[in-house]
Amino acid sequence: MHMIDRRLNPGGRSLVNRQRFLRRARGAVQQAVRASLKDRSIKDIGKEGQVAIPTGGIGEPTLHRAASGGNRERVFPGNRDFLEGDRVKRPEGGGAAGSEAGEGDGEDQFHFVLSREEFLELFLDDLELPDLAKRRLVGEESDELRRAGYTTMGSPANLSMSRTMQRALSRRLALRRPKRAELEVLETKIALAEEGEEQSDRIGALRAELERLRRRRALISWIDPVDLRYRRFAPVPRPTAQAVMFCLMDVSGSMSEHMKDLAKRFFALLHLFLTRCYRHVELVFIHHTDHAAEVDENTFFHSQVTGGTLVSTALDELLKVIAARYRPEDWNVYVAQASDGDNLARDNSRSVQLLHEVILPLCQYYAYIEVGAEEPSMAGSPEAEVTSLWAAFESIAAGSPHFAMRKVHHRREIYPVLHELFRKRGALAPAEG
Amino acid sequence: MVSAVSAPLFTGSEWDFPIIQRIYEAVERIAVGELGLDVYPNQIEVINAEQMLDAYSSTGMPLFYRHWSFGKHFVSNELLYRKGLRGLAYELVINSNPCISYIMQENSATMQALVIAHAAFGHNHFFRNNYAFRQWTDAEGILAYLGFARAYVAACEERHGQEAVERVLDCAHALMNQGVHRHPRVRPRDLAAEAAREAERQAWHEHIFDDLWRTIPTGPAASTVPANERRHALRLPQENVLYFLEKTGPRLEPWQREILRIVRLIAQYFYPQRQTKVMNEGCATWCHYEIMSRLHRRGQLTEGSFLEFLQSHTNVILQPGFDEPNFSGFNPYALGFGIMHDMARICTAPTPEDREWYPDFAGKGDVMGVLKDAWANYRDESFIAQFLSPHLIRHWRLFQVLDNQAEPDLRVDAIHDERGYRRIRRALAREYDIGRQEPEIQIVDVDLAGDRALILEHVVSSGVLLDPDDARQVIQSLANLWGYEVRLHERDVGDRREHKVHTASPRG
Repeated sequence: MHMIDRRLNPGGRSLVNRQRFLRRARGAVQQAVRASLKDRSIKDIGKEGQVAIPTGGIGEPTLHRAASGGNRERVFPGNRDFLEGDRVKRPEGGGAAGSEAGEGDGEDQFHFVLSREEFLELFLDDLELPDLAKRRLVGEESDELRRAGYTTMGSPANLSMSRTMQRALSRRLALRRPKRAELEVLETKIALAEEGEEQSDRIGALRAELERLRRRRALISWIDPVDLRYRRFAPVPRPTAQAVMFCLMDVSGSMSEHMKDLAKRFFALLHLFLTRCYRHVELVFIHHTDHAAEVDENTFFHSQVTGGTLVSTALDELLKVIAARYRPEDWNVYVAQASDGDNLARDNSRSVQLLHEVILPLCQYYAYIEVGAEEPSMAGSPEAEVTSLWAAFESIAAGSPHFAMRKVHHRREIYPVLHELFRKRGALAPAEG
Repeated sequence: MVSAVSAPLFTGSEWDFPIIQRIYEAVERIAVGELGLDVYPNQIEVINAEQMLDAYSSTGMPLFYRHWSFGKHFVSNELLYRKGLRGLAYELVINSNPCISYIMQENSATMQALVIAHAAFGHNHFFRNNYAFRQWTDAEGILAYLGFARAYVAACEERHGQEAVERVLDCAHALMNQGVHRHPRVRPRDLAAEAAREAERQAWHEHIFDDLWRTIPTGPAASTVPANERRHALRLPQENVLYFLEKTGPRLEPWQREILRIVRLIAQYFYPQRQTKVMNEGCATWCHYEIMSRLHRRGQLTEGSFLEFLQSHTNVILQPGFDEPNFSGFNPYALGFGIMHDMARICTAPTPEDREWYPDFAGKGDVMGVLKDAWANYRDESFIAQFLSPHLIRHWRLFQVLDNQAEPDLRVDAIHDERGYRRIRRALAREYDIGRQEPEIQIVDVDLAGDRALILEHVVSSGVLLDPDDARQVIQSLANLWGYEVRLHERDVGDRREHKVHTASPRG
C-alpha cells in the first residue's frame, strides 16, 4: 500500500474551470451582481456574497426522457395501508410522486458564491479612473527602500545573523575545524596513557596531535570577517498609491432621509472604486449647514443639524484639512459633494471662486451630486428645476474636465451615474459637461 | 472465527500515519485473508476539504481536461457545502490500477478505518471483478489516457481557440449518454497506440494533400445508391451518435474528431458505473460492515469507536418511506446492502420460503462464495431481478404504482403479498435497467451524396417523450457540428406512429 499526503499540494485546482464558468456566464452574473446592489447594505457591498443567475445560458442539456407524460410504473418503499387495486390521487406538480427530477430539478435559478475579488471585478468591470488622475498617479513618484538580497558591507544594524552564522558554519565544516569534543577525546586518551605507564613516544605523538589540533582551532576562527553578511536595501521608485476621499454633505433641514441615503450610496460606491485603484484610501467626512465641521462617519450620516446653508464653509474646512494633513504632493485627492442644491445666493460666487481657483487645481477629481426628491423630476422640464448651486457650478463644469456634476433622484440611478462618470473611455475623447 | 482478543488499533478519534498503517494492515488481513477479496494494489491519498470539492467537480478523476461545466459544478457544490446543506463524502475511489482512494483529513480514526474497508477493499474488489468493469474499462490505462486527453484538449485550445474547442466539447457532453457502445467490442487501448494513431492520421493528411485537386472542376453528382445499401455501408442504424459523428461527420476537422473520441471513450469508461450503482455501493457497504464487525469482535476496535461506526453506518443505509419528508427515491446503499445482507442470511439461516425461492444456495452456508459470484456476474438490473427476496419486500413494504396518463388517478398495482412479490421485483429491476430508463435513440439514415441531412429516431416506449427544451438544444448543437440539417423523429415503439419531430439547421 502506498500512502500519499496530498494535503499540502497547491490548492485551487478548479480555479481555471471556475474562471471559465464565470466568463461564460459573465453577462448574467454581472447583471445579478448589479441587481444585488439593491439588497445589500452599504457595508456589505464590497464583500463576497451569494448571487443567483438564470439557468438559461449555462444549462447542460442532454437527451433524456421528460419528467411527465406517458405511462409509468414505479416502486416505492414504506407502504402503510395500500392494497392492490387501490386508487390514489395524482400528486400535484405532475409526474409520479418525487419523480426522477434528482439534481437539476425545478429551480430556474442557479445559486453560487462569488469571492470578494470576483464580485468587485464584475461590479466595477468597465470603470476606470479619469485619464488625468492616472497620469498624475504615475508621475508622482517617491523612493522607498526595499530589501534586495545581501551584501558584504554594511552597518552593524543590518547584520544578518542567520546568514552570517550559516556561512561561518559552512566555512568551519569545509576547513575541518577540530571540534571541542575531538580535543576532549584526545585529552582523556593522554590522561589514560599517563596513568598506565605506556611508552612515552605514544604519549608524545598524542600530545603533538593535540597541539596540532589546538593550533588549527586557533587558526580557523569561529567567525571570520569573510562570513559577515549584511541585509541590503535598495531604493525603489514607488508611485504615490494613496488617496484621500473627502465626502462633503449638506445636512441642513432641507435634506430629507431619502436624499441622505442617495448620497451615502454614492459615497460608498466611490469609496469602493477608489479602494480598488489605490492601495491606501482615507476617508474624511465634512458636513455643513451654515458652518462646517469634520465629523466621523456615524455623525456624518445620522446627525440632524439645523441652520442655513453655506457651501463655502465646507470648502474652507476642506482646504483646512488638506493643508493640515494631506499634502497634495503626496496624496491623490478626491472630493465628492452631495447637496440638494440649496445655497444662500450671496455665497454662490464665493463658492465658485474657491472651487475654481483653489480646490480644483489641488484635486484629482471633484464630483458634485445633486440629490433630489423621489417623485418630481418626471413632471416638469429639467430646466425648470435648476437650483442655485447647480447654476453656479455649471459655469465651472464647462472648463474643467475633472469636475463633474450629476443629478440623482432615485437609488437605481446611483450606479449608472457612477458608471457614467468613470466609464472606460475608449477612442472617445473625455465627454464631460 | 473469533481469534484471540487483541489490543485496540487506536483509541480516541485522532489519527496519524502509523495508525492508518496499522488500520490498513488489520483490515487487509480480514479482507484478503479471511474474506478472500481480490483487489488491485491500493494507493491511499489524504486530502482536505477543498481538494475534495475539486475532485467532486471533475467527476472524481485526479486529472481531467478543462471545461466550464466543471467550474459550474464546483461553485454549486461549494455553496451547498458552505451553507452546511451537504456534507462532503468521506472518501472517493477511482477505478484504476493501482486503485486510488482519497480519504479526508477531517475524518476521525474510526471513519478512516470505515473508509479504508469501504473504498480500498469493497469498491476495489468490485472494480476488479465485476464483469461490466472488466469488459468496458481499462484500469491500467485510464490515468495515462486522461493525461493524454488533458494535454490534447489544451493543445487544441492553443491552436484553435478556447471558444471553438468549447463548442465541440459542449456538444459532445450533451451526447455523452448517446456515446457508448452497449455491446462489447472494445479492445484494450494504450497511450502509445493512441498517440501513434493520431500521428498517422496527420501524416496521411499531409501525404495526400495536393493543391491540384482544388482546381479540378466537379462533375454532376454521382449516381444515387439505393437507400438500404447506403445505410448498410455506413453501418446504420447506429446507436452510438458520437462514434458516428467522429467517423462520418462531413465537416469536422481532425482535431474535432479526436475530441469527440476523447469524450466518447470517457463516457464508455463511466458506463459500467451507471449500470452498477446499487451493487457497487452495496458491495462496499457490506464489506465495511463485515470487516468492522470482525475488528470489533476481536477487540481491535474500542466500544466507543464501534458505536461511532454504527451511527454513521445506519445513516448511510437509511431508507425513508415514500411519504417521509426526506424521501428521494431508493437509497442505493440501503438497497444494495439490504439485499446482500439478506443473501448472507439465506445462506446461513434460511426459512422454508427462502429454500423455495433460492434452492441453489439457501442453507448451504457459503456466504462469500455466493456474494462473490453475484459481485462478479451481475449488474443492478439482473441483481435485483435475481436476489430481491420476499423477506426484503415485506421488510421494506414495497408497493408498485401505475401512473397511466389516460386515467385520473394512480393505481396501486402490487403490494408485498404473495401475488405481488414477482411483479414488484420485476418492476424494481426495470427501474435500474438503464437501457429502459434512457431514451432509445439511433441514427437511422443519412444521405451523404444528397442533402446530407442526419436523421435520428427516438423509439418512444410507454408514451414518454423526450424533454422538449433539452432535446431542442442538443439537436441544435448536433446540427452545428454535423454542418447540415438534423432531424429527430419520435416514433412509437408499437405502431410506429410519429409523436413529434425536432429539426435544426446549422448556425454559425
